[in-house]
Amino acid sequence: MPQTVDEIPITPMNTVDSSIVKTGAWRAFRPICDNSRCIKCWTCWKFCPDVSISISEEGPVFDYDHCKGCGICAEVCPVKCIEMVPESK
Amino acid sequence: MAKLTIPDDELMSPGHMGCLGCGATLAMRYVLKASGRRTILSIPACCWAVMPGVWPNTCLQVPELYTPFETTGASISGIRAALDALGEEDVNVIGFAGDGGTADIGIQALSGTADRGDDVLYIMYDNEAYMNTGIQRSGSTPIGAWTTTTPVGTTGDWEKSMKKDMIAIMAAHRIPYIATAVVGYPEDLIRKVKKALSIKGTKFLQIFSPCPTGWKMDPGLTVAITKEALSCRAFNLLEIENGIYTVNMKPKKTPLKDYLFKQGRFRHMPEELIEELERDLDRYYEELLSHEECSKRKAEGE
Amino acid sequence: MVKELLTGNKATAYGAMYARAQVIAAYPITPQTTIVERIADLISEGRMHAKYVKVESEHSAMAASVAASNTGARAFTATSAHGLALMHEVLMWAAGARTPCVLVNVNRAMGPPWSVWADHQDAMAERDTGVIQFWCENNQEIFDTVIMAYKVAEDHDVMLPAMINQDAFYLSHTSEPVDLPDQEAVDGYLPPLDPMVKLDVEDPKGFGSLIMPPQYMEFRAHMARSMDNAREKIRKADREWEELTGRSYGGMMDMYRCEDAEFVLFGAGTMMSTAKDVVDELRKENRRVGIARLRVFRPFPVDEVRYLADRVHALGVMDRTYTFGRGGPLYNEVNGQLYNHSNRPPTKNYVIGVGGRDVRPKHIRALFDDIERVSKEGYGDEGEIHWWGLLDGTTPEVEK
Repeated sequence: MPQTVDEIPITPMNTVDSSIVKTGAWRAFRPICDNSRCIKCWTCWKFCPDVSISISEEGPVFDYDHCKGCGICAEVCPVKCIEMVPESK
Repeated sequence: MAKLTIPDDELMSPGHMGCLGCGATLAMRYVLKASGRRTILSIPACCWAVMPGVWPNTCLQVPELYTPFETTGASISGIRAALDALGEEDVNVIGFAGDGGTADIGIQALSGTADRGDDVLYIMYDNEAYMNTGIQRSGSTPIGAWTTTTPVGTTGDWEKSMKKDMIAIMAAHRIPYIATAVVGYPEDLIRKVKKALSIKGTKFLQIFSPCPTGWKMDPGLTVAITKEALSCRAFNLLEIENGIYTVNMKPKKTPLKDYLFKQGRFRHMPEELIEELERDLDRYYEELLSHEECSKRKAEGE
Repeated sequence: MVKELLTGNKATAYGAMYARAQVIAAYPITPQTTIVERIADLISEGRMHAKYVKVESEHSAMAASVAASNTGARAFTATSAHGLALMHEVLMWAAGARTPCVLVNVNRAMGPPWSVWADHQDAMAERDTGVIQFWCENNQEIFDTVIMAYKVAEDHDVMLPAMINQDAFYLSHTSEPVDLPDQEAVDGYLPPLDPMVKLDVEDPKGFGSLIMPPQYMEFRAHMARSMDNAREKIRKADREWEELTGRSYGGMMDMYRCEDAEFVLFGAGTMMSTAKDVVDELRKENRRVGIARLRVFRPFPVDEVRYLADRVHALGVMDRTYTFGRGGPLYNEVNGQLYNHSNRPPTKNYVIGVGGRDVRPKHIRALFDDIERVSKEGYGDEGEIHWWGLLDGTTPEVEK
């Protein structure tokens, strides 16, 4: 982070990708998928507001560095194979 | 492995400041999938001005210009004029503003843009209040809602004004393409953004974007509640292309109170008000259907 | 080179054309309207190649200019009084966003009461926005300054918006001969805009986001520094324009016969033009008087004001408006910059010509008499601030 007037750019420009911010720390519940029941429809991937689900052959891969635990994925899953588990567990 | 129904390219990164279950972030994610990398965004003061994070972070992988609150319409007109003057082609210019910044303080500039017919897409993400400043009512807040400026109290001081009909206002400007979308149907949303961007002139899209924080709702319900909003007619999916109305979805009607009572902002609603509201929403839906019929007859007659 | 008879507004329009402005945001307001009308004509005639955005308010005019500038185009707009006041938020945004937009302001009184006549309140109230301010006394200067303003604003050591002021009706609607140089000469003086940063799909960046307290102050200090850099850039731009056309406006201050003056009147706009004629008359009577005409208000010409303070017995400061605090804006600025200076001659504030009230040669003569009296006898009962020309009998030289 520039400290002096000489170092700062002419105007503040946003150029650093936000993925360095670990919003996973906000989480009270985390999604856990039972891959054996997952039908690989990718509805969870489609509806994640935090772009924190990626697709793999086994099932959804949750990016726990960023997932905020909103629970949308669990709610939209047509076979209800995603469970929202308290972080404290 | 199921085939994906929406493009898999992500132009939005995680690590943004959106609340849990934020509908507006889903809206942006889908819009960018539709518009691609050759897009310039203009964003006024609103949740999306702080969503990407503080300087120097951003979750958006396209160029974005933050502007004063009321200027989205003027800004996108200015960007397009500059691109034209510089001979730069094939760039989508998209204004992405909240309901307050569109229906209230931004309506003048938006009207100017539509009046000029500048080649831009104006997207209003509608979370039905000034959410960024902490849930104050806007022109887009529906009747009955609790907000901090309509705090119900002991005197029944909930929102009394009807939700501003931005679609009718934009239809009056006779712009070539107007549509609504919800984050619960991303395929439809993406189709509409792509269609809008293929048309020259001013286009307007209102995206119903639930706000779990402001609606006092379980964040996991964001997607489901948009579908319920459609089925109880609290919101409607439609397109108006060159004056021809299409009501995209005619779902089986569900009771309004099922929709309302999933949200804390409506829990005080008396029975009579719900009934009155339900009648008004049904009436509005019928009007839309008759617009659709009328405009189709007109089109066929031509 | 061509000589044409042009009103201040037409000269402005030609200035925008010769400066190759690329995006014009146009909204009407008296007495600026013929600027945007003439530009519309020039574009319709195919003489000027710019995109003309017919905005629906002045606030949107400036917003569209800023957005166009952020996209890498040279932006221009024009306004007056209430329109400038409406732009206020976006003027601050333009400066903070470091966009080198240029706008021409026709100085007009603020209502109520409604008035369309010459008054400096509008521009003076935008003092703190971070916008560079030029002040003109004739139509040739207006034309020249539109081009010079872009050169200064777009310099990478400056990168701030610039406003050019001209008095309502005295300049905007009065025809004067104006030399129009060759376009190639102007192109050589003012190259195309080379933005330091811009909205670019090939190189995506965000502009204008949220910043926390540990960083914001440095950005503002950078603006202050750039505003200070502007002084030398303005002087240099003036020198280079003189080499090109033979015309100079004195850099930061237009000093007329001040080198050996005992009494100088300092002020802005067309009333100083009248004052120069009075100086010539008084000089024939062996009175050592001079006129210092404000050429640039922001950044403030502190060096030039101190130069005057080192030489004069007394300095009269004419303000065509008031701060409604104490004294007019120029009076406060002059006194402020002289407070820590070694030489502090007496200064007196003449609030004059407000709302388009005529400032005539005999009034200027009376001001010189008055400032000379002050230097010899002190302020007297009247004090340091005199609303000169009120019809209540407090100004004997003025007929009702």
